[in-house]
Amino acid sequence: MDGRQKGGFRLVHLLLIVPFVGCLWVPFYNRTLPALDGIPFFYWYQIVWVALTALILFVVYLAEGRE
Amino acid sequence: MDKLDPVALGVFVALFLFVTVVGFFAGRWRRGDLTQLTEWGLGGRRFGSVVTWFLLGGDLYTAYTFVAVPALMFGAGAVGFFAVPYAAIAYVFMFLAFPRFWSVAKAKGYVTGADFVRGRFGSRSLALAVAVTGIVATMPYIALQLVGMEVVLAGLGIHGEWPLIIAFVILAAYTYASGLRAPAMIAVVKDFLIYATVIAAIVIIPAELGGFAKVFSAVATAKLTLPADAFSNPGQFSYATLALGSAMALFLYPHAATGVLSSSSRHVIKRNAVALPAYSIVLGLVALLGFMALAAGVKAMPQYADGFARFGNNYAVPALFLQMFPSWFVGIAFAAIAIGALVPAAIMSIACANLFTRNVYREFLRPDCTPARESQVAKIVSLVVKGGALVFILEGQTTTAIELQLLGGIWIIQTLPAVLLGLYTRWLHPRALLIGWIAGIGSGTWMAAQSGFKASVYVLHIGGVALPCYAALSSLILNLIVSYGLSAVLNATGTKRNDATLSEDYA
Repeated sequence: MDGRQKGGFRLVHLLLIVPFVGCLWVPFYNRTLPALDGIPFFYWYQIVWVALTALILFVVYLAEGRE
Repeated sequence: MDKLDPVALGVFVALFLFVTVVGFFAGRWRRGDLTQLTEWGLGGRRFGSVVTWFLLGGDLYTAYTFVAVPALMFGAGAVGFFAVPYAAIAYVFMFLAFPRFWSVAKAKGYVTGADFVRGRFGSRSLALAVAVTGIVATMPYIALQLVGMEVVLAGLGIHGEWPLIIAFVILAAYTYASGLRAPAMIAVVKDFLIYATVIAAIVIIPAELGGFAKVFSAVATAKLTLPADAFSNPGQFSYATLALGSAMALFLYPHAATGVLSSSSRHVIKRNAVALPAYSIVLGLVALLGFMALAAGVKAMPQYADGFARFGNNYAVPALFLQMFPSWFVGIAFAAIAIGALVPAAIMSIACANLFTRNVYREFLRPDCTPARESQVAKIVSLVVKGGALVFILEGQTTTAIELQLLGGIWIIQTLPAVLLGLYTRWLHPRALLIGWIAGIGSGTWMAAQSGFKASVYVLHIGGVALPCYAALSSLILNLIVSYGLSAVLNATGTKRNDATLSEDYA
């Protein structure tokens, strides 16, 4: 034990706010351009954010260590 | 009329028989004493990272999802894509809260979310409210899995009720015999089929249609994005609230809780929160199938007129596959969808059975029942639940099932204060939570009723601004205000409370 409560809050958890902004700030991505291989921005942007959300979770997972 | 295609049908039936064998065999896998509820209903809490990934993937991304999401895109356009951000941020909630849920459930032997609420707040009535909400929200969901299966059966040219009945009787039998191990093993088969289908679809179909640019040019410009004007616009705010509200509701569903609790450690849950978004990417690609169906022009083709007449836009994906794939691959793709209906239907019925057995039967009817009796009751309830769903669909109540499922999302989120916030605080008073739950259910149902249960978005008027908001989210806010406000009052009266859990149980 390092004195911190297991499973408690750490600064790195603030990273988890980022997917909410990326996924839910609709005015930013509600457009068709730039398209990617014919796929409008609206669609590829959100699919990319699925991957980024997973990446952010992975970073937090690593930062937490094995607790 | 659809013709019976022997090749597609042969492949379909072969795969279906294969998973039936797998389902019955599953009971012997990592054999446990199936007369115990944690063995039958949670697979003994022994599933590692990989099995949990398949199980939750099969559980959360249902056949109905793979039919209805592209159908919504096909009909309504961009708004249907909210499922994608929803399926991303849901994992943030999973990552943060559900390892705590797993730990306390493991420490105290909880099988359901309502078990936890019973222990944490010491309130039988609050636990009952949570359990009943879970059962009622899940049952129409099971019924909709049947719709997914019905659609592909029609696509294969099979008509009549008997194939659906046979499929469900088989499902009921191996769920009864093997418990959660059956869908866990079948989910592995299902996911390989789904991935094969989606990858083939995304490679072959756009190429045959002349590229993605061609596909999207088939979509009306107005449906390609959400309505554009800044803050007052109805599309954008409702889109974000639909995604957020659905994400918050997802892991409150009993079948999600069952999947989470069956894993072997809290780390398995965290790893899966990282790995499960892979399915969400697949979901995003599946959603685009709706646009491909538009570009392929299947709706205007006479050979699919029958299907569209019976199932509406839910027939878009089956028609697209029939149009674009060779027969043998149609068999694989349709089997993926049909087996994709079996997995969540099994888990959902097990989850309902766990809730009824633990939080109604043992709590109120037979407090002294033996563990073996408990497991037996759960097995029987799982049959009853599936039978009910089958009758519902055979009676032609599909529209009602869709409306109830829409309401289910609004209802299940009302358990968030007790279940999710309860993982972090015991400050909330059980009576306040119960009244908040009533306020949330009541206001949410009322909002949905204003559209005749057709839409889950209700326009709030706040200070002259019209804000179209997912009713689950706005009613949850009311629920939270009531829960916190009344807790402040009731806590001041200082009545003693019983919390069966300790803070170290959550780590």
